[in-house]
Amino acid sequence: MPRIVVDVMPKPEILDPQGKAIVGALPRLGFTAFSLVRQGKRFELTVEGEVTEEILAQARTAAETLLSNPVIEDVVNVEVVAD
Amino acid sequence: MSATELPLIGDYSTPSTALSGARIGVVTFPGTLDDRDATRAIRVAGAEAVSLWHADADLQNVDAVIIPGGFSYGDYLRAGAIARFAPMMDKIIDAANSDAKLPVLGICNGFQILTESHLLPGSMVKNDHLKFLCRDQVLRVENNTTAWTNQYAQGEEITIVLKNQDGQYVADEKTLDALEAEGRVAFSYVGWNPNGSRRNIAGITNEAGNVVGLMPHPEHAVEAGFGPDHTGTDGLGFFTSVLTHLVGGQK
Repeated sequence: MPRIVVDVMPKPEILDPQGKAIVGALPRLGFTAFSLVRQGKRFELTVEGEVTEEILAQARTAAETLLSNPVIEDVVNVEVVAD
Repeated sequence: MSATELPLIGDYSTPSTALSGARIGVVTFPGTLDDRDATRAIRVAGAEAVSLWHADADLQNVDAVIIPGGFSYGDYLRAGAIARFAPMMDKIIDAANSDAKLPVLGICNGFQILTESHLLPGSMVKNDHLKFLCRDQVLRVENNTTAWTNQYAQGEEITIVLKNQDGQYVADEKTLDALEAEGRVAFSYVGWNPNGSRRNIAGITNEAGNVVGLMPHPEHAVEAGFGPDHTGTDGLGFFTSVLTHLVGGQK
């Protein structure tokens, strides 16, 4: 069944405490090449049947109203993934 | 009093007729923790508490509403994000924005729900140190003209409990400037910023002063023997403030 993937990231100006914790842990494991980590969210919305334009539009609206908070987050990607 | 409610401990003066007529709603969502304490605080202040279930769409003619703390829907997605779309929230949002300007207080998770509802600006993200924190916290009353703060003195310092993981208040610079310029910062942290909140903001109010949200918990500081240092009752003023507001005694 096809899925619609929605990616949400914290806004650039919002300090991401989780990313900050991760970037602190990486060098302890010997991964020294990474200067910054930002942690976001990936949602997978499964669709029974074909993904129509209307269903995709619903996913975009859901991404802006429920899946993300525009005060602190940006929806960076909405795409269809076929299995 | 229902059989499930603990009796009040201590001696409380009999509230005046006008005050005792007030009915204050307390909303319960799946995962709410502090509705019982909020109910108790309302009764200690001398009013009648009315339980409001999130899935109902009837405000039962309450005179004010408290959205208590906890972890509604497990804080899944974002704190308050799913609770915000409950049928009861639609009613509360309409009533808060109506000409009647229903007084609404959001505590902790309730504050997060109010920002997700856009009744208050900004949002909360994880504490800057990433840990859950529980402590007695000193706050300064920055605005004593709201429905929920009129019994405090301007600049008064109070100590109530702070307990959360997602308590870092954030908003863009323009919003923060406007909040400060318009006197809409209701409470600020004193001595130490416990979560990285912008400009030490602990609580804010809307323009009309009927909607107030804060991260710390006044409802845990209303009875001697249970509050901060086992004696503190600094939170009681929230509840007496709204009763004073309802009988027309607002400053």
